[in-house]
Amino acid sequence: MIRFATASRPGFTQRAHKEGDAMSVLRSLCLALAVTGLAAPAALAQQGPLRIEITEGVIEPLPFAAPAFVAETPSASQVAAEVTRVIAADLAGTGLFREIPETAFISPVTGFDAPVAYADWKAINAQALITGAVAQGSDGRINVKFRLYDVFSGAPLGEGLQFGGGEGDWRRIAHKVADQVYARITGEDGYFDSRVVYVSEAGPKDARQKRLAIMDYDGANVQYLTDSSTIVLAPRFSPSGDRILYTSFETGFPRIKLMDLASVSSRALADLQGNMTFAPRFSPDGSTVVFSLSQDGNTDLYSMQLSSGQMTRLTNAPSIETAPSFSPDGSKIVFESDRSGNQQLYVMGVGGGEPTRISFGEGRYGTPVWSPRGDMIAFTKQNAGRFHIGVMRTDGSEERLLTASFLDEGPTWAPNGRVIMFTRETAGAGGISQLFSVDISGRNLKPVPMEGGASDPAWSPLLP
Amino acid sequence: MNKLSTMFLLVGALALSACNNPDRYGAGGAGGAAGGAGGIASGPLGDPSDPNSIAYFNQTVGDRVHFAVDQSTLTGEAQATLTAQAQWLNAHPANTAIIEGHADEQGTREYNIALGDRRANAVKAYLISQGVAGTRLQTVSYGKERPLAVCSEEACYTQNRRAVTVVGAGAGV
Repeated sequence: MIRFATASRPGFTQRAHKEGDAMSVLRSLCLALAVTGLAAPAALAQQGPLRIEITEGVIEPLPFAAPAFVAETPSASQVAAEVTRVIAADLAGTGLFREIPETAFISPVTGFDAPVAYADWKAINAQALITGAVAQGSDGRINVKFRLYDVFSGAPLGEGLQFGGGEGDWRRIAHKVADQVYARITGEDGYFDSRVVYVSEAGPKDARQKRLAIMDYDGANVQYLTDSSTIVLAPRFSPSGDRILYTSFETGFPRIKLMDLASVSSRALADLQGNMTFAPRFSPDGSTVVFSLSQDGNTDLYSMQLSSGQMTRLTNAPSIETAPSFSPDGSKIVFESDRSGNQQLYVMGVGGGEPTRISFGEGRYGTPVWSPRGDMIAFTKQNAGRFHIGVMRTDGSEERLLTASFLDEGPTWAPNGRVIMFTRETAGAGGISQLFSVDISGRNLKPVPMEGGASDPAWSPLLP
Repeated sequence: MNKLSTMFLLVGALALSACNNPDRYGAGGAGGAAGGAGGIASGPLGDPSDPNSIAYFNQTVGDRVHFAVDQSTLTGEAQATLTAQAQWLNAHPANTAIIEGHADEQGTREYNIALGDRRANAVKAYLISQGVAGTRLQTVSYGKERPLAVCSEEACYTQNRRAVTVVGAGAGV
């Protein structure tokens, strides 16, 4: 008995509409993905036993099977296979899931609407089964359908969905499918359909060439945003993902610039002759930038309204105040200061005022970044000649170090607040920078697969 | 009026030197980065045996001072070097200078930018105390972005924690 559910997931569709314009700027993002509910067998979205609690720390990854999506048009066979590979790589890459290889499959999936042979999947211990189909129109547009099954309950998990997009959108569509699977099984939002802006590095350590680049979260689709004629540092996404702030030495002095990603054009944030400005970040509503300004050897925090250019001084101390980051509700700013004698973390209201110190452990603390969930602050810790990425509660309690190496720094949060990406640099004359990611549990530490050196990652919000 | 136009000239000279020298470590790699002296975009360095040359300033007077870990305090040795720098600059009033502050790699990126700025400004303040006009001096920090020595040991770090006085060509050179 097949029942047809026609309702789409309203939240999802609505979001695509709301943010579609802002995001249409990036070439690879410019085609809005159509999402519609799909006829699903017995659309009783039961949660059942198929569930991963991320916070509890998964020792044994959940086994899943993702048979190659069925090509419903002859031209779609290659993209169908590639979409399936990206979905499986997204899921397995989290460390929470383990893919069962195709060689273990007992029965092939011949059609998207064919009955599921649960017993065959149960026999190979596939707890989750992802099936799908890809069709490609004569205009190149592709349509991807998928369903997720809880094998041991013998039922679908959630309804089927389909995603439509241009030919070049197949990776994004695959990431969206994987985000759906991740969300249904973990109960958390996914993070696969997201991008990372970073500094691409080349050349020797004493003459390193740096340029801004942007890529998918998994290292694919690299695009360069600046040339390597001048040093650029620490790009940061706007909340809507359509602009980035970064620091450039183009004038000979470090100055904050604001880039529109659609046109890849930049302007100086402010013309403050003789002063250095750096370490910018957007407020959660995108209207304000908080940053460091150095004048006569003293670095303090300022904010600037982007619409008016009006600047407000937030700190006024002879110490170094830098690396500010807003709380996601926009009410507070966490930053680092050496007012106590060495670098420590402080929290203050967005208007400035007396800050509260939150870091009290051994060593120096820098580059604090508020989690998008609002519950934690990630930071760089330097102690006894080693660098660590760590997380703590926003009051400084429950500090946990996630990594240790010669030089780890500059954490950035995945949009769902469950994974952190950062810069790891190796020691010595041949030392290179690479991007790594790690779960907030401290597990699944791994390099982001990409060619060449890279530093200063900043993770985008989940794309619409 | 006269003073004002002099000021404009000075500001113009500074602006020019900045224009000629946008991130001297930038385009085309660091041709002169290793020496900290070769990147002057326009104007001859001159013969190092000529006390009026920039090459003499760089090599004989000494264009750089070094700092202790996480410090911007000038050591006695640094003050002696800067006193000599000030004497040269006072004798060559047409030359301007950009003081570059640097840090070693043992620190976070943003903090090191701020730390390098402290170091550059410590040098600037000392030169001013020795009679050099502040309007002739600009400061910039490269943080840990441009190490001179590339090993990850104190022997290299001590060379990288530095402030370099980069003399620009003035009208008199």
